[in-house]
Amino acid sequence: MDWKTFFRSILVITEKNMRIYYFKGPVVVFGLLFPLIMFLTFFIGRDLDLILFFPGFLGMMLFFTASSVGPLITPWEKREKTYERLVSLPVILESIIIGDLLAGAIFGIAITTIVFIACAWFLSIPLAHAGLLLLAFVLGSVAFAALGTLLASPTTDNPSNIMMLSSLIRLPLMFISGIFIPLPRLNGSYFLLTSLSPLTYLVDLFHAALNDDAFYPPWVDALVLVAAIVVFIGCAKVIQKRNLVKGI
Amino acid sequence: MDAVEARNLCKSFGPVTAVDDVSITIPKGGIFGFLGPNGAGKTTTIRMITGVLIPDAGSVRILGTDVHAEPLTAKLKMGVIPENGTVYSDLTAEQNILLAAKFYGMDKDNRVQRAGEILDRLGLTERRNDYVRTFSKGMRQRISVACAIVHSPQVLILDEPTTGLDVYSRRLVIDTIRHMNREGSTVLLTTHNIEEANTLCSMISVINRGRIVATGSPENLKKTFDTSRYIEISFGQPVEPGLFSAPGIIRAELWGDKWRIYTDDPDQAVKYLASISEREHLTIISIATSTPTLEEAFVRLTAGV
Repeated sequence: MDWKTFFRSILVITEKNMRIYYFKGPVVVFGLLFPLIMFLTFFIGRDLDLILFFPGFLGMMLFFTASSVGPLITPWEKREKTYERLVSLPVILESIIIGDLLAGAIFGIAITTIVFIACAWFLSIPLAHAGLLLLAFVLGSVAFAALGTLLASPTTDNPSNIMMLSSLIRLPLMFISGIFIPLPRLNGSYFLLTSLSPLTYLVDLFHAALNDDAFYPPWVDALVLVAAIVVFIGCAKVIQKRNLVKGI
Repeated sequence: MDAVEARNLCKSFGPVTAVDDVSITIPKGGIFGFLGPNGAGKTTTIRMITGVLIPDAGSVRILGTDVHAEPLTAKLKMGVIPENGTVYSDLTAEQNILLAAKFYGMDKDNRVQRAGEILDRLGLTERRNDYVRTFSKGMRQRISVACAIVHSPQVLILDEPTTGLDVYSRRLVIDTIRHMNREGSTVLLTTHNIEEANTLCSMISVINRGRIVATGSPENLKKTFDTSRYIEISFGQPVEPGLFSAPGIIRAELWGDKWRIYTDDPDQAVKYLASISEREHLTIISIATSTPTLEEAFVRLTAGV
């Protein structure tokens, strides 16, 4: 393996994605406006404890921003017929997957950091463990950027199909991840359902980092997010490799 | 060491066999043409050679490097223009070329200098800062060529590079292919334009229904069908077909007001026609000989499609 060319290809693909896709309509709508509108819908005008729910909002913001870039890239490139050229350049499938993932993760971290700093400034948000906050940002952005890359993997050259699939998966996840109802208040089947969503563990890690009121130990949250990263990337690789074999 | 060595490539899509045991060897330095009708398997073969498509069986080596075992090393040696691939319309002409150059690891000064040279060669210097989405198809294809040659590849692979282009763009693309070949690149191109293959390529393979049906120089391929040489002659008087029964004449057909005399020895046939005209007091209105064209060879090789 020519590692130098491999790492270079990842960086160039990431740069290309950042330059071309960050300002596309679907990324702005599904990555920025959507979580903001959801936040305003649920929190404004209601007598809710913003400090208690802020980790959930931050988790939702990182979830939507990090997972909004990936689903757009591959279908867009297939529609524009730039994908074939990209694959013929000195890249391999792993370069494309990681490059797409990094573009989504950087977008997620950048936007969520701005939101966090602004909110911390105006709302006096507490910070219990800065290290855990950093860990949550990194693991959360990579995990959900990987989810975005996985969502882009089914064969289509129509970005709107993938954005629809993406919404179909992301919206229910948002409601079963302890964003709107804190985990300790859940029980029975709803708690079980919530435990299946990787977003739950990101929100919980943000609770540990900001309010020090996490439900799970931070190492459990981190472990689940790492497992989610491995599963999402592995599935994306299997599907995209199958597409290459089929020539689609 | 050969520039391209594809051995026993096979690819099926479901029940359809697109490529069936195709082997191609391209020595360094030449321009190799890959001809075939639509659906013959040209693009599938090219996609396997360039590492875009994983073959069911077979292997590809680019200058000794196995494309599927060491794809990055092999791809660094290639410049590719895919048939179904284009450049980024959200980037400018220059940004596209610089982006391609980055993939090949060129340093910044080299990237900028080379991009300037190529834009100049392809007549796009004035449009270098314009977004590609504002370009015509011909201009986009020229940028596509620019991206493929920015790193002066040892092997240049072009899938239908001139299809649908205007005359000016086509000429620029062909001149650039010739220039790259002179500079040392081995060229593999597929084309529908048989005349283009005839004038550009030193070697041609014809593929039909997923199999290579002939390989050789254009002249050798034409000679394969030497029996399709003919003489077209028209007389001032009506003549009977029996007049053309002579050694060296295979058959005679009436084409409008002319007779087409198929022969394997045009010299002997022309001399016979002149002597018979003299003897029978026939007036020759016109006479012309025709050698077989590469197009005829192609049609014969791919007949029945």
